[in-house]
Amino acid sequence: MNNILEQIKPYLSTEVFLLGLVMGTFLLGVLIYKKTKITLLQPLLISILIIIPFLKVTGISYQTFNTQTHFLNFMLGPSVVALGYVLYEQIEYIKGNVISILTAVFVGSVVGIVSVVVIAKLLGADKVLMASLAPKSVTTPIAISLAEKTGGVPALAAAFVVICGIFGGLVGPIILRKVGIKSKIAKGLAMGSASHALGTARAMEMGALEGAISGLAIGIMGIMTALLIPFADILF
Amino acid sequence: MIKGSFYILLFYFLGELLSMLLHGFIPGSVLGMVLLFLALFFKILNPENVRSAATTITKNMAVFFVPAGVGLMVYAELVSKSLLAITLAIAGSTVLTIVVVALVQEHMEKRKVKGKTTHE
Repeated sequence: MNNILEQIKPYLSTEVFLLGLVMGTFLLGVLIYKKTKITLLQPLLISILIIIPFLKVTGISYQTFNTQTHFLNFMLGPSVVALGYVLYEQIEYIKGNVISILTAVFVGSVVGIVSVVVIAKLLGADKVLMASLAPKSVTTPIAISLAEKTGGVPALAAAFVVICGIFGGLVGPIILRKVGIKSKIAKGLAMGSASHALGTARAMEMGALEGAISGLAIGIMGIMTALLIPFADILF
Repeated sequence: MIKGSFYILLFYFLGELLSMLLHGFIPGSVLGMVLLFLALFFKILNPENVRSAATTITKNMAVFFVPAGVGLMVYAELVSKSLLAITLAIAGSTVLTIVVVALVQEHMEKRKVKGKTTHE
């Protein structure tokens, strides 16, 4: 058995197989999600939960996987840029809401940083962990540079950003329904502010306006958090 | 599709350049989004040029996160040491952020609508 595995491992480590594995598991996730309608069974989560054990069993390192699927990682950048078009399409809805959007995201940024640091501190987290947690609501590139500046670990910050994104993407729509939010702008803004591009991916499923506003929120949240993080030092 | 991809990459590149000038304070992709929006808004770029590429990419964004998500396996040990603190802090803070942002925005929108009707 091990012998066979060793023999086919080079084939399993190829770009074509690993990219195909991502697409295949994601597609399986889409099918499961559509059949069950269970919010928790997000295609992204299903794909990750199949691929991690697969890599462990076959002994393919994350480094190999990451190199071979780098194309997908790269596409994160263009997809954020493309949100500029989606935003342009929704311009009529944004006009007249500029002040409320800026206010809501500013309050969200303060609440996001303060609450994550305070909860972590109460539960005994050290300064390094708190500094890595503080920028969890912004996109990975911003979070990494912010964590570095305040004494956090960039790799950990990146992991927390992904966890925060998956969590917010999962529970966000449920919370918004429970709280009884009707405004599409409020929904999109909340998803993007709390869970960056992953929240936006979910907001896109709600509708084009929600998705566009969510994309806008990533940008504003990133800028505001960058300006606020230096003050988070007081909390540590 | 090729035309659209070209323009998106062009604005991504311009965003990266601007980001370098700002010492990486804001990521290039976010600046690229702002630049693309401004180019469309000021009619420098015809929206038809990017429509199909931009819609296709943004509708399928979630799949691009798979590699980053699988990356969690590398930090499993580090994270598991302070699992409770991390989980509760992220979950609590994320829920709070969602609720606060949504409530502030909805409240301000409603107030504006009310203000308008009383003036009329």
